[in-house]
Amino acid sequence: MDFPTLLQVLDSTVRLATPLLLACLAGLFSERSGIYDIGLEGKMLAAAFCSAATAAVTGSVWLGLLAGIGGSMALAGLHGLSAITFRGNQLISGVAINFLAAGLTVVLAQDWFHQGGRTPSLLGGARFEAIALPFAETLRPVPVLGPVYAELISGHTLLVYVAALLVPASWWVLYRTRFGLRLRAVGENPEAVDTAGVSVQATRYAAVAICGLLCGLAGAYLATALQAGFSRDMTAGRGYIALAALIFAKWRPWQALGATLLFGLLQAVALRYQNIELGGVGLPVQVMDALPYILTVVILAGFVGRAIPPRAGGEPYVKER
Amino acid sequence: MAADAGTGTSSAPAIELRCISKAFGPVRANRDISLVVRRGTIHGIVGENGAGKSTLMSILYGFYKADAGEILIGGRPVQIGDSQDAIRAGIGMVFQHFKLVEPFTVLENVILGTEDGALLKPSLAKARGTLRQLAADYELEVDPDARIEDLGVGMRQRVEILKALYRQADILILDEPTGVLTPAEADHLFRILENLKSQGKTIILITHKLREIMAATDTVSVMRRGEMTATLRTADTSPAELAELMVGRKVLLRIDKSPARPGRRVLEIEKLCVTDAQGIARLSDVSLSVRAGEILGIAGVAGNGQSHLLEVLGGMRPATGHVRIDGKELDLSGPGCDGRSRRAAGIAHVPEDRQREGLIMPFHAWEDSVFGYHSDPALQSAPGLMDNARIRSRAGDQMARFDVRPPNPDLAAQSFSGGNQQKLVLAREIERNPDLLLVGQPTRGVDIGAIEFIHRRILELRDAGKAVLLVSVELDEILGLSDRIAVMCGGRIMGERLASDTDETELGLMMAGMKGKAA
Ligand SMILES: Nc1ncnc2c1ncn2[C@@H]1O[C@H](COP(=O)(O)OP(=O)(O)O)[C@@H](O)[C@H]1O
Ligand SMILES: [Mg+2]
Repeated sequence: MDFPTLLQVLDSTVRLATPLLLACLAGLFSERSGIYDIGLEGKMLAAAFCSAATAAVTGSVWLGLLAGIGGSMALAGLHGLSAITFRGNQLISGVAINFLAAGLTVVLAQDWFHQGGRTPSLLGGARFEAIALPFAETLRPVPVLGPVYAELISGHTLLVYVAALLVPASWWVLYRTRFGLRLRAVGENPEAVDTAGVSVQATRYAAVAICGLLCGLAGAYLATALQAGFSRDMTAGRGYIALAALIFAKWRPWQALGATLLFGLLQAVALRYQNIELGGVGLPVQVMDALPYILTVVILAGFVGRAIPPRAGGEPYVKER
Repeated sequence: MAADAGTGTSSAPAIELRCISKAFGPVRANRDISLVVRRGTIHGIVGENGAGKSTLMSILYGFYKADAGEILIGGRPVQIGDSQDAIRAGIGMVFQHFKLVEPFTVLENVILGTEDGALLKPSLAKARGTLRQLAADYELEVDPDARIEDLGVGMRQRVEILKALYRQADILILDEPTGVLTPAEADHLFRILENLKSQGKTIILITHKLREIMAATDTVSVMRRGEMTATLRTADTSPAELAELMVGRKVLLRIDKSPARPGRRVLEIEKLCVTDAQGIARLSDVSLSVRAGEILGIAGVAGNGQSHLLEVLGGMRPATGHVRIDGKELDLSGPGCDGRSRRAAGIAHVPEDRQREGLIMPFHAWEDSVFGYHSDPALQSAPGLMDNARIRSRAGDQMARFDVRPPNPDLAAQSFSGGNQQKLVLAREIERNPDLLLVGQPTRGVDIGAIEFIHRRILELRDAGKAVLLVSVELDEILGLSDRIAVMCGGRIMGERLASDTDETELGLMMAGMKGKAA
């Protein structure tokens, strides 16, 4: 593999890792507060649809972004309602949200746009544009570092940079602020938080809201930056991969960055090398496409070693039996 | 407020509860409870398990909401809607089951909920200083940077007390604080409480140990079945009177027993070692023996290997070393290491956690009455088919003999009280007429009336020439029931004593890791 090819693969790694990273951080906030969220997929999908539909109609990517966040947060609120207020089963609620999003997006897309469950292709201001960082072109001739800066670091859309900044920001919020302390505590032992005079429900709702916000960014990125419009099931299991990355990362922000980059790399490789010869036998395209998902299964099957989830995770907080 | 606290007899009581009621579904945990706690005193609350003590205190601390009733703090009526309100009213509580965040440090646990601002740094720095001051004032040293999960129960309790003091609690509630402590740690705790009292703080001490009430409190209130039955000055009462008030009838506090007549060696344990999944040694070179017709008591603070020992003997956990029953070697790690083979070898097991290991809670009592003995042909109508009618009628008889109330085999195990659940398990195991009975925490969470009965049954088994291995964290129980006592600490046997020539102090030292003199 030559240097330019390597750069291209890494460049697409960054693009593909971004939605995973956003969703992974979303799950991190929710699960750290003790609310399991298998509905990342559904929220992303809803956000992708809302943002694409709004951007298509209004021509504004910003309104699209807002709509995406809104759609995702509405589903997050639903999950919160069932998991926090009504103390329901969090897995079932999450699965229900995935089904709801998968069905509703296609039906609405078909009803509104009559394009076989798609939204119209987004053009111009209805999409996020690549941002050229300062001096990208000036520095390009510098050996090695120049192309790395110009190709790999510069030239992504805004949400990629936002996602990158969200990693240290999440770390800071979780480990350096009062809110983070309470959020982590409520995922480990809600009774400790309750008896310390802090509302368990409010803390968890806040965490779920952040999760909705970040899934909104992830979905909007898919439809208005990575691609140009919504198509059915366009999340393609990214919500589940983000969950696997979350476990792989042991529920920590920096590790989440590493884990999602790894999955992004696999997706990038699969995308670039659709036909690989292994010992004279040509591997079918499907094998490469399946690679990230196979890794997900391997990781979930416990390859990661001992990952201790938040102790109160998945359990509704019930004081009186 | 602190200024007149010491002389507070003339001022309003620290706490006044008026007609507090609370129901959990059909269970009326508190009925019309009224209570006055005077400022600057240590006020004890005693009552059997399930009497409603924890519920009442949790209401005072805002953890539960009362269905009806009024709370007055310092003479003023207050609404306590959540723990924040209670903290603001100057109340601190150390729960029976600690409310700590295990992966957090001591400091983080202390500031949780009472941080000074949105950023943690200043709060942590301030708490560090305050903790140092509190440690100096009250002998409450604890490493502020230690993680809770690395601390023992004694230390965790200190953290809970520090949490309350950090919030400037004037009234401190402690719910069964000594259940998990060594006698030395308990003494230390009582010194701290005296010290707090002399600073004008008001303390409510919940316990079921009458000795502690007599030693530490000024006033004592007795609860029975959700009601407050009496409030007395400690100096004017006696353990016997309190016990009677708790149970509603006269009870024998001492265990009457005849001297043991030990016979052949039934159980021999040699160099037993257990290492858990994390690579921590839980049992190291444990060697013990139990004879027919004797009770060997294992004393120790919870979590020092007693549970592992029972699990190994009961076939629930593999180990290395040797265990012989009547000279026959048991399989400690191979295919013969399971509960069924152990039962076949003549071992019956009343596990420590009866709700998890002794019973299947949603099942009927008659179904629970044969667990572990399913393969007994006497219980089957044809090979592989259970003879349910017969099992049901047998269970009814058993329940009558063991005084299970109500003696109805069609009730689910979970609808019996703790004491009656324990009797169900005991009945199943003892009626099998085992050579060796393993029994863990036989009276944990059991009411006084039932304790008497359970103790008598265990003694009867001994007098019938069976060997009994008793594990309990209650020193009184160990001293009262056992003929011989072995003390465990850190997975090792610290020493063995005859029950007749040792006492609480000596055992307490050994429990804390002091090697006993060779027996
Ligand atoms: N959270 C709860 N939900 C339902 N029932 C409860 C709860 N807490 C306590 N109870 C019931 O209330 C009664 C009183 O319990 P508790 O206050 O814990 O007694 P004590 O502390 O005196 O042992 C018991 O019958 C218990 O089963
Ligand atoms: Mg209690």
